[in-house]
Amino acid sequence: MTEPVGSLDAVRKTFASQSTLASRQLLVSLLRAPQHLVDLRGRDLDFALRIARRARLLGRLAWSLRERDLLGHLDRQARDQLESALVAVEARTRLATWELDRVDWALRGRYDGPLIALKGSAYVLAGLPNSRGRPFADVDLLVRDSALASVETALRERGWRPHELTAYDENYYRAWAHEIPALVHPEREVEVDLHRAILMRTARLRPSTELLVAASRRIPESRFSVLAPVDMVLHATVHLLYGGEMDDELRELVDIDELLRHFAGHEPGFWQQFWPRAVELDLARPAFYGLRYAARLLQTPVPDSVLQQSRTAAPPAPVLALMDALVPAALFPQHPDMPRRSIQAARLLLYMRSHWVRMPPVMLAKHLAYKACLRRKQSP
Amino acid sequence: VSTTTRSLGSAEFRHRLEGQGLGIRIGPFSVWLQARVQDLAAPLFDLYGDYPWLDADQVFSAHVLMEQVPRWGRRTTRRVRFTVDGRAPHEDLPVGQALAVFEWGLNLVLTMRFLRYLMLHAAVVERNGRGLLLPAWPGHGKTTLCAALVHRGWRLLSDEFGLLEPGTVDLIPAPRPMPLKNQSIDVIRSFVPDAMLGPAIPNTRKGTVAHVRVPAESVRRMGETAPATWIVFPRWVAGAALSLEPMPKAPAFVQLTGNAFNYESRGEAAFTTVRDLVARSSCWRLQYSRLDEAVEAFDRMAEGAGHD
Repeated sequence: MTEPVGSLDAVRKTFASQSTLASRQLLVSLLRAPQHLVDLRGRDLDFALRIARRARLLGRLAWSLRERDLLGHLDRQARDQLESALVAVEARTRLATWELDRVDWALRGRYDGPLIALKGSAYVLAGLPNSRGRPFADVDLLVRDSALASVETALRERGWRPHELTAYDENYYRAWAHEIPALVHPEREVEVDLHRAILMRTARLRPSTELLVAASRRIPESRFSVLAPVDMVLHATVHLLYGGEMDDELRELVDIDELLRHFAGHEPGFWQQFWPRAVELDLARPAFYGLRYAARLLQTPVPDSVLQQSRTAAPPAPVLALMDALVPAALFPQHPDMPRRSIQAARLLLYMRSHWVRMPPVMLAKHLAYKACLRRKQSP
Repeated sequence: VSTTTRSLGSAEFRHRLEGQGLGIRIGPFSVWLQARVQDLAAPLFDLYGDYPWLDADQVFSAHVLMEQVPRWGRRTTRRVRFTVDGRAPHEDLPVGQALAVFEWGLNLVLTMRFLRYLMLHAAVVERNGRGLLLPAWPGHGKTTLCAALVHRGWRLLSDEFGLLEPGTVDLIPAPRPMPLKNQSIDVIRSFVPDAMLGPAIPNTRKGTVAHVRVPAESVRRMGETAPATWIVFPRWVAGAALSLEPMPKAPAFVQLTGNAFNYESRGEAAFTTVRDLVARSSCWRLQYSRLDEAVEAFDRMAEGAGHD
């Protein structure tokens, strides 16, 4: 850590203005030292809760406070909101865990090949620290391309159905995307996303699903596997800046931060393997960005040697300078009462970039033109 | 120690509402509201005049901003945007519906943000320290019945939320204006001429809506919980004779849980809470066509012992 984050005085001082910068410092200090929340009062506490909610970190904050037995130190209004965030996260986790159980049941005797849980489901299955208080929406599963059809058929035979899609969207998914249209069981609400890769087929980077599957690890006494530790972090770095929407996505960086801190302490040889694996999987650029912004914005400890290695994957200096300006603006939540146009602009640029890196130019032009027409038709 | 928004005076109320905003306490909830919308300050002042106002130096359940959306061209309808903590949870709606948009929007926010409470979908009133739950059965007149009762000796806890701390059977008040729909507006106007109604808002997604002001005493006593004593499932049937029949506990349990806002999210705690609630309350099915007969039936119920 480069500065004494979490010092209450520092937090109080930054509050005075409740500026965008203040909200960033506040979030970082609460991530590092959540116990300081209970020292805040009145409008300061209110602002902290609003910013945390906006960043989808309220559940995580609540979890940390409950773990330290500090929720009782807050007044009713604050406690109600934090406890409710925990209830929401735990209910969603229960639903997703049940959905995984149902997928296991549906595939029994029909598909016994590798079945890899990604993202939220993986963090829960592997009991990783970043699953605590983490909100998540869908169940994401990765299988080999060759197994995709049989897994999809098995789920459909057991009742899962895709949402209604236009012919364009259907084709988009089938031909280009790294996942098929989300499947939902009509009795439940959690979507199951079947992936054949972790990046679009049309992206310039081509991480090999085969390599990911080969290194994946079976969860003890479970039908499911998860990605190997380094691969799991690399996948999170892909989500950070290659996912599309850029809207208060700090949560993605927090995943990277917590996974890195955890694996550095629990997984022998983690940092030695990290960079060679990033190169092997063709994910050096996303890995570079992930390490850079985790270290810069969340003070994630990254060995100097690895940071040095990662610089070989840096973009040209002007691009990097631009990214350094855009990324923090896009990741940290907007001030709830004073949204800034410059931040909107930064997000739009990064959104466009995420498409640019995923599709060849002609295809991108067609895709955006189609989406624009669609938007025009829908708006009154 | 708190003062009502009415004590601010309508000019100051409007000034705050359209400026930095104003806090309002509603039972365990509190909302910071900024609204720069034509014809909204006056009905809000009317409907929320008895509520305590709060300064900005506290934690709020939600920060709500209501704003008119700039309009492109003259022919399009002027619209209002409901924003909570910087996000708009639904599409913009015609500005004439602003009051209903606020009420529905706040309901939405509370159901999403306060999952730690068990939130049954029911109107709740109290008499002689005993709580009566009127679970929603869409189109069967929960709000109409509730509006009538609270002007005939019952205290309003809520028209929408049967709010409980899981593990207890004490109903928590969060009284809000009661939205009457369509024909019920005239029914209540003639049944309780002293009821104060907000403006009638035509063409909403639920037809014409008018909000009944909460009686001042119900607002003043919104800190007092009431133990659940009766659960009555009302059903309005044109021309029907009044009938009040005991309801077995099992279907009462199923109806209550199936209609709750967050039964699933509270899991086991919700199960045991509703189980206890149904076990201790007497459960009834009410069929009625005339409001006066229904109100009399509840009066008789309140005079009785309460429990089975």
